[in-house]
Amino acid sequence: MEPSAPVTPDAPLVRAEGLVKAYDGEPVVKGIDFEVRRGECLGFLGPNGAGKTTTINMICCFVRVGGGTLEVFGRAVDEDPRAIKRRLGVVSQENNLDPDLSVAKNLHVYGRYFGLPGPERRTRAAELLGFVQLEEKADAHIRTLSGGMRRRLTLARALISSPELLILDEPTTGLDPQARHLVWQKLRALNRAGVTMLLTTHYMEEAEQLCDRLLIMDQGRIIARGTPEGLIAEHIGADAIELFPRKAGRDSRDGGPRPEAAMRLLSERADHVERAGDEVYGFFRDPAAARAILPELAGLDFLHRRATLEDVFLRLTGRELRE
Amino acid sequence: MSGGPWTRLVNACRVWIRNFESWKDFATASLVGTVAEPLLYFVAIGYGLGRFVQPIDGRPYIAFLAPGLIASTAMNSAAFETTFGSFTRLTEQRTYEAIVMTPISVGEVVAGDVFWAASKSVLAATVILGIMLPLGLVHTPWATAVLPLAFVVGVMFGSLGMVWTALAPSYAFFNYFFTLVVGVMFLFSGVFFPLTGLPGWAVWAARVLPLTHAVALMRALTGGRLEASLWLNAAFLLAFTLAAFGFAKRLIRRRLIR
Repeated sequence: MEPSAPVTPDAPLVRAEGLVKAYDGEPVVKGIDFEVRRGECLGFLGPNGAGKTTTINMICCFVRVGGGTLEVFGRAVDEDPRAIKRRLGVVSQENNLDPDLSVAKNLHVYGRYFGLPGPERRTRAAELLGFVQLEEKADAHIRTLSGGMRRRLTLARALISSPELLILDEPTTGLDPQARHLVWQKLRALNRAGVTMLLTTHYMEEAEQLCDRLLIMDQGRIIARGTPEGLIAEHIGADAIELFPRKAGRDSRDGGPRPEAAMRLLSERADHVERAGDEVYGFFRDPAAARAILPELAGLDFLHRRATLEDVFLRLTGRELRE
Repeated sequence: MSGGPWTRLVNACRVWIRNFESWKDFATASLVGTVAEPLLYFVAIGYGLGRFVQPIDGRPYIAFLAPGLIASTAMNSAAFETTFGSFTRLTEQRTYEAIVMTPISVGEVVAGDVFWAASKSVLAATVILGIMLPLGLVHTPWATAVLPLAFVVGVMFGSLGMVWTALAPSYAFFNYFFTLVVGVMFLFSGVFFPLTGLPGWAVWAARVLPLTHAVALMRALTGGRLEASLWLNAAFLLAFTLAAFGFAKRLIRRRLIR
């Protein structure tokens, strides 16, 4: 019954080439190439509307491929969706737990969809409730769970069939910091245990915490790819200095540096400069160059810090709102 | 989609069990809705109004009405399930979305929901038949065939409801279905009055309504008056059911998988 897919140990679990998708003539994914390698955690990072969810929904066989190639476990997605879906675990962006069933029943019923026999469902469900720390909620109604509990239950549900590839669409959106860190901890444990993961996020911290490799998507295209550190080094450098205009009511003391002069100085010395409103961001490849101008900024409102993934993201996707 | 008919049936049953599991916790409340309404008609129309109606084909009016009510109740309970119930699972609850992320296909989800709706029809038919029996309204063992027939009627109207669900922008859209489709069939398919003796055009119009054929079959099976012409009723019913089911699957797939 279980067809052995032509996947060698090094073959990618997912391979996309020139993948496109349009909804009602409106292109949302515009020709992207990528691979998901066995054992890694790959992140799709991008603003709203970048095409991340559409891309992973095509992998889940929930959205039809619009064009190009998309192979999952070594076979085209439209060839045999059932065989692919059997080996996937999916944590969707929207809560779609079954509100008509209790916590434990959600896992049982989902396990049945995968054809797991009763005893195996029971042991898996008990294990997974322990893993996501929901044992005492087994008989609770879904509506009584907090957002963080629902996410953890959705994660447990996705794991019921012991998937080879776990797909997570914004796994921590809307969670408070405690709940988010608990989910991250669980995901890292899974990845260490060998589960390949593909996740989308627009939290830089999440991407840095979890992902081995990142693809930055914007407007349906992949605009950068690499490790979190590699992306920072390549696109930004090492250090950042943020310079803020004086707050109203805090007049400059006599003899202090004039903000306009400091901004000019920052603009001249930095390798790259960005402006957002009245604020100026200077980025430096050489940390020594950043430190060198610090004395000249004394008395002004500024922040000297290491460059982050967020800087890369904003550099590449711009600072305009995406709605 | 891989898997033979057996795989597909098993998967549809898995969806059916999901519905059963969510239903059994408040089965009593659900049963009241399924069964109370036809019983009210049974008493009010059958006995209340029936006292003023002359016997039809040599039998009291209640014996004429009861099998018709089995058919209309089978229609109602299935149609209700795959509209309000399935629409909630398709939209608000995103239950369909969650299921099709597993090895189960859209067609199997639709089949599971439609079979579930049809099972409710069988349940309602069983209750009404159980009431007819002690009242002497069942004349032949053929009446047991009412139950599989109720399943077919349930699949037919469950599928029709599902078609509406696939097209519905909101719950209000179901008003059209329940007034113009279900309501018309309830009143003009021969549940309450015989179609024989009506003007020719009216008889032909009634024959277009699938419930008419279900009512004719129900009445023949409980009354024990089997005729060759019933094969035509059965053929029409089956053809309509298969078409509606296929149509429902296609439309839900189109709505769900973009």
